[in-house]
Amino acid sequence: MISNSLVYLIALPLAGAAILLLAGRRSDKWGHLLATALSASSFFVGLYQLSLMLGRSNEQRPISQKLFEWISVGSFKIDAGLMLDQLSICFVLLITGVGTLIHVYSISYMSHDPDRRRFFAFLNLFIAAMLLLVLGDSYLNLYVGWEGVGLASYLLIGFWNQKPAYATASKKAFVMNRVGDMGLSFAIMIAFATMGTVSFTGVKAAVEHTSTAALTGIGIMLLVAATGKSAQFPLQAWLGDAMAGPTPVSALIHAATMVTAGVYLITRSNFIFDAAPTAQLLVVIVGAVTLMFGALIGTAKDDIKKALAASTMSQIGYMILGAGLGPVGYAFAIMHLLTHGFFKAGMFLGAGSVMHGMNDEVNMRKYGALRKFMPITFATFGLGYLAILGVPPFAGFYSKDMIIETAFNSGGIKGIILGSVTLLGASITAFYMTRVMILTFTGKSRWDDQAHPHESPWLMWLPMAILAIGSVTSGYLLSHGNALVNWLSPLFENHGEHEELLSPIVVSGLALTMVAIGVAIAFLKYSRNQVSDVAPENVSIFTRIARQDLLQDRFNESVFMRPGQVLTKILVRTDDSVIDGAVRTVGRAAMGSGASLRGVQSGFVRSYAALILVGAVALIAAIWVVTQ
Amino acid sequence: MNDLALQVGQTAAPEATLFWILAPLTLIAALGMLLVKKAVHSAILMAFVMVALAIFYIAEGAPFLGIVQIVVYTGAVMMLFLFILMLVGVDSSDSLTETIRGLRPIAITAAVGFGGLMISLLSRATLGRTAVGVEGVNADGNVQGIARLLFSTFVWPFEVVSALLITAALGAMVLAHHQRVQERPTQRQLSIARFRGESLATTAGLPAPGVFARHNAVDVPALLPDGTAAAASVNASLKARGDVLESSSFELGTIDTSVEEEK
Amino acid sequence: MDAANYLYLSALLFTIGAVGVVVRRNAIVVFMCIELMLNAANLSFVTFSRINGDLNGQVIAFFTMVVAACEVVVGLAIIVTIYRSRRSASVDDASLLKR
Repeated sequence: MISNSLVYLIALPLAGAAILLLAGRRSDKWGHLLATALSASSFFVGLYQLSLMLGRSNEQRPISQKLFEWISVGSFKIDAGLMLDQLSICFVLLITGVGTLIHVYSISYMSHDPDRRRFFAFLNLFIAAMLLLVLGDSYLNLYVGWEGVGLASYLLIGFWNQKPAYATASKKAFVMNRVGDMGLSFAIMIAFATMGTVSFTGVKAAVEHTSTAALTGIGIMLLVAATGKSAQFPLQAWLGDAMAGPTPVSALIHAATMVTAGVYLITRSNFIFDAAPTAQLLVVIVGAVTLMFGALIGTAKDDIKKALAASTMSQIGYMILGAGLGPVGYAFAIMHLLTHGFFKAGMFLGAGSVMHGMNDEVNMRKYGALRKFMPITFATFGLGYLAILGVPPFAGFYSKDMIIETAFNSGGIKGIILGSVTLLGASITAFYMTRVMILTFTGKSRWDDQAHPHESPWLMWLPMAILAIGSVTSGYLLSHGNALVNWLSPLFENHGEHEELLSPIVVSGLALTMVAIGVAIAFLKYSRNQVSDVAPENVSIFTRIARQDLLQDRFNESVFMRPGQVLTKILVRTDDSVIDGAVRTVGRAAMGSGASLRGVQSGFVRSYAALILVGAVALIAAIWVVTQ
Repeated sequence: MNDLALQVGQTAAPEATLFWILAPLTLIAALGMLLVKKAVHSAILMAFVMVALAIFYIAEGAPFLGIVQIVVYTGAVMMLFLFILMLVGVDSSDSLTETIRGLRPIAITAAVGFGGLMISLLSRATLGRTAVGVEGVNADGNVQGIARLLFSTFVWPFEVVSALLITAALGAMVLAHHQRVQERPTQRQLSIARFRGESLATTAGLPAPGVFARHNAVDVPALLPDGTAAAASVNASLKARGDVLESSSFELGTIDTSVEEEK
Repeated sequence: MDAANYLYLSALLFTIGAVGVVVRRNAIVVFMCIELMLNAANLSFVTFSRINGDLNGQVIAFFTMVVAACEVVVGLAIIVTIYRSRRSASVDDASLLKR
């Protein structure tokens, strides 16, 4: 077993980041090539590992590698170790594969940026951290990667930090992620306190001896972590602003990989959620709420990247929902994650290509009729569009339908509600994605005078094309003969099938009907009428709220920020007046008494003698009083 | 004196007479010491107080201390005081005007309080047993009695005090010793310095005091050619003491020279 | 006559001496006032000796005299030294501790 090569997966991109950051301007000429090569070689190491894994039987497929003894305090021992199993390898290939394509894309996309080398260093850093996240063999190792991707995300969102709004956006993402990270650290603490171990295998073994309350606590804390990283309700507000980063970053980090880390965390912790139904129910609720939330925001956005971000939020809601539905759902969540990784990354790259041709204009109301000028972008974006809609035989059809079906089949009233929500979500998704397509590629041109739309160079459209192929085929490949479900099944304990409420055919039919309705509404609304190049002002209150991201920022500001500021002000004032005041009063009292006593120290012997005399009088007076 | 008062043996009438005559005089002399302006007068009044105290000691059956008081204090210490007074001379510190604001009221208030409280305390103090008098212990003679105590019970303090005396004598010598930092100027150097001084007027030395042909006492300034007094001709310490006389009171009457001029 | 009268006299003399120390500026007069206070104390000791009927008080007074003599010697030497350096016998002039 050549387990040693696991470390190369992480070491290669990490070395790239280190070289590029340390070499500085000297590596400007070749830095992007080195970073792309290292990312690609990491992908090939992943493929090699996959080939090895395929050659082993089910039980022997997970391999692990101990790197070094990390923490050893009494009975508390943590080794820095890596673990590669059927779940990890999916992520490894997604991260390195999509990551490499986006590296290639970025070579061209960022070619005019003077800081392109720094960008590639951060991208490599992200790849390394994300790989550590999915390869760590314990929650603590995962935590290191978890924080690493948070850092990389922060650095890349604020890559153009010369613009204050972008710097603020990166800070917002960082702070909101911290809230989630606190959940993860609490989960680790509870796990260690109740089970005495934080490794995946150790926790899995200890689950049956642990109280449901503790497991529920861990589960809820893990869910908090997942909501933070995956932009789920109620920690979703940062994702829209995170679009401030360069578009390849949005594609890689904020669509395909990092934001799905929450799904990975929940899937990885399946043994905890299986044993804690309350936490599992919360996962489902969070997923359902977010998928509607994101979809509703998506309908109102004119910024193409923000519309896609809302869509990402919504699609991850689907995954979380799937992951919350128990053993059957995990595999479908992962499948949707993988297909989504292809089609959403492809669409983001398409959006980047459009922006590239339109002088970095992001407002869709200033697009229109780009189909003729960017045929390749239109084609790849369109394939991604069909995939996300769930039109057979594109990727989304397989993965999303599975989740809708599982939702319906989860039993009872819960199943009906969840199923309806997912169906409605699919319909709204169809509506806003169709809106994006129509506004961007069809109709009449509404460009600015300076715009000269043109097709992107081959370095940009080639990755888009590869991802488009992925969005077409991945669904079929992964679900053909239940390939992914069987591949992952050793990891999840199967409790048997629920009884089927609706047959797959019916679900597919319903879903396609809903999608068709959404598409039809969008066509009626946007294709028939002339679209204004400025957002109309006289709109309903619902549109207005949706444009403001369903008031998420205002809610956070009024509930968390303002009271926090008031509290801080009160504390500062208290500190100033009470604590500093006490200190200052002591000082002032000492100085005052010194100043007044200084008058006594005249230096004249006779005044001292007078004081002695007064003292003697006082003494005798005391004796006089006492002896009376 | 009431019954609570200090019970002390009544003494003979002659001592009471002595006390009531001498005690007020002593107090007056002590007060005078504070009030007179000149330090020399203070010293003389102080000597009187000390002699009076010596008499009180003798009256109280302590003849040895009385004699020592006269010999040591009035004889040695007061002479020392007067000697230093002559050395230091007279200056503005003799003035009775107070320079530190508020000190005098404080001092007088405190003193009145102190004295009043002391007398009040003494008047209500009780000894608890009758007073004895020193006639018994003085039976073998006062000097012998003190000597017996001094060389038995108090022999160690006695030795320590002797060491203190020697130390004090050495200390005084060290303090008073004045080391010359340069050679004493010779007569020749002094003469040169006079000629190169601020003004040729000092070349011949300071003018002698006294009025030509009429009065040559040291406390009368000489007259300059224009008839004014020459300040430099009188010792500065005489001036500080206010002992300088006006030379105008020794002026001759105006000589009528008109007849001679006519001739 | 009551021997306690000597104690009243002693108290008054002591008080006068104390006032003199505070009020007078000439160092030599101040010194004499200190001597007056010492002598007032001596008078008390001699009177106590008489009241108690032993000679301890007189011996203490004797020691006081010796110590007073030492003090005079050293004190006057100090006055002379100060006078030599600043040409003044005023105790107010020796107020360098103030600055």
